[in-house]
Amino acid sequence: MAYDKFEVLTSTAYPLPIENVDTDQIIPARFLKATERVDFDINFFRDWRYNADGTPKADFPLNQEKYAGSKILVGGRNFGSGSSREHAAWSVYDFGLRCVISSAFADIFKNNCLNVGVLPVQVSAPFADKLFNAIEADPKTEIKVDLPNQTVTLVATGESESFDINLYKKDNMLNGFDDIDYLKNIEGEITEFAANRPF
Amino acid sequence: MATTLFDKVWDSHVVRHVQDGPDVFFIDRHFIHEVTSPVAFLGLESRGNSVLYPNRTFATADHNTPTMNQHLPVADALSANQLNALERNAKKHGISHWGLGDVNNGIVHVVGPENGITLPGATIVCGDSHTSTHGAFGAIAFGIGTSEVEMVLSTQCIMQSKPKAMRINVNGKLGLGVTPKDVALYIISKQTTSGATGYFVEYAGDVFEDMTMEGRMTVCNLSIEMGARGGMIAPDQKTYDYIAGRAQTPKGADWDKAMKYWETLSTDEGAEFDAEFNYDAADIEPMITYGTNPGMGMGVTKDIPTAESVEGGVDTYRKSLGYMDFHEGDTMIGKKIDFVFLGSCTNGRIEDFRGFCSIVKGRKKADHVTAWLVPGSHKVVDQIKAEGLDKIIEEAGFVLREPGCSACLAMNDDKIPAGKLSVSTSNRNFEGRQGPGSRTLLASPLVAAASAVEGVVTDPRTILNANA
Ligand code: SF4
Repeated sequence: MAYDKFEVLTSTAYPLPIENVDTDQIIPARFLKATERVDFDINFFRDWRYNADGTPKADFPLNQEKYAGSKILVGGRNFGSGSSREHAAWSVYDFGLRCVISSAFADIFKNNCLNVGVLPVQVSAPFADKLFNAIEADPKTEIKVDLPNQTVTLVATGESESFDINLYKKDNMLNGFDDIDYLKNIEGEITEFAANRPF
Repeated sequence: MATTLFDKVWDSHVVRHVQDGPDVFFIDRHFIHEVTSPVAFLGLESRGNSVLYPNRTFATADHNTPTMNQHLPVADALSANQLNALERNAKKHGISHWGLGDVNNGIVHVVGPENGITLPGATIVCGDSHTSTHGAFGAIAFGIGTSEVEMVLSTQCIMQSKPKAMRINVNGKLGLGVTPKDVALYIISKQTTSGATGYFVEYAGDVFEDMTMEGRMTVCNLSIEMGARGGMIAPDQKTYDYIAGRAQTPKGADWDKAMKYWETLSTDEGAEFDAEFNYDAADIEPMITYGTNPGMGMGVTKDIPTAESVEGGVDTYRKSLGYMDFHEGDTMIGKKIDFVFLGSCTNGRIEDFRGFCSIVKGRKKADHVTAWLVPGSHKVVDQIKAEGLDKIIEEAGFVLREPGCSACLAMNDDKIPAGKLSVSTSNRNFEGRQGPGSRTLLASPLVAAASAVEGVVTDPRTILNANA
């Protein structure tokens, strides 16, 4: 699935300081019935965004005008736990977000994000708190995520932290490539390997 | 050098190591179902790729299927559309397909082992996080996303960084009424939902050695709920006895050749793990969860802990109890329940139905409780009938439904209504997991059965002791 290249992103951010946000909240199972990738933005955080009667919940950050248009989400610890549904990462991307920042991610969610063009940025817990505090003090707080230099910075104060990403995945994100391009190029090596499997 | 079981299986599947990147990791067996595969096939086709090894992928319909009247056309148009897409894609690409009503149909993680597709030392993936179930056979098995489903279809490989290795040892003897589900919920309550993030877990010690294959599957299934990529148990005679003679298991000379490999599959003495934990079987009680993640569990006789006494943020903890409409210090025993769900890839196997029946036999379902008993596969249904468990179920006032994921994720009609409280043998108690607004207590089939007959959360030991 092609996605737009990611280099440097400067944006305000939606804060979601809740721990263990699971993929059933990000995209509830009843919205997984599509056979194409459509409408996942609409149902992103469906049950936290909307009341049962379909009216938006005014106090949920994704509905608040002061954060509208942000391309970054700052989430609580252990973000994306639960199911392997890539629909969760699609809904993040399709909602218009390109980066999720948290002090810890669930593994499968993190992989899925990288595969669909959403950059998961893991920061220290104190730095995550700093981000939450800054956003609370000023919803227009800008955060700069610099992939080539692997840094995340609070623009106003210049406070910064570096983050990890393996070089291969970084290269993919910078160029908008994905793994299938790579794997298809070494198909001969794969079929040779397969021929020697015991079953 | 002394190496771990995990190292042995992982390293033997690395096609190549990408410099400063992940491993190109070969996949022996791939399961697909209707929910996470359609977009992968679209991607495959839009790139003009074909399925590289159709005989290494297996399709079964389970997530979206009705659990009553499966002989009728599926009423929900969107579900029917997904089921059709699975069938069409499988047929088009030469992949075996077990659709609704097929004798081999059932939940993907139940039918894989039943049909001998799951083998020791294999690498197994599926677009479902509970793929970790297959680790019970000494396989490396884990859930993947749809992009990766497409990778496996087109190249039989995925790009994966090797997780760290953790060993969890549980030694001693389990007490009365303590099942594999309780062992897993106990471990998760100690590890929290993120304690094993970044790790692949090996379970070792007497408790797992003594367990049946069904029990081992329940434990490995729940590995993902503490954040682990997967869990595995070294194969032994029980493993070989279970797989021998199944439809897709190697036979004759192929079996002998495979056995040579399988016999190497254990952790060497002195091998080092990145993390190791020891627990004592005697400390484990029948468990129950009280919050909105599987780490929020405790012995069924205990009281809900205070926010200050648990790890993690106080606000998140209180939000969770608020959703459940519970309070710090509440006793779980005696709480009135509305629903009971026996099923899922965690506890939808024959052993789970035997356990449930051992409690409800000669008793009656409480009138106000709605119970959904959903076997994991048609083979489980057949065995239930062969053992006469269906009679016990019926006499106790329960109804046996048809196989599928059902209320585990509530994609079909089996949804727990908003506000209702359910004792469920499945794997997730997330907000709304079993239907918008539903409240879930995760527990073993024994706790579910005892609660179903009493109508309130019940310690199964009271009934087991009365039976004795
Ligand atoms: S029973 Fe639940 S966890 Fe298991 S495969 Fe089905 S939906 Fe996934």
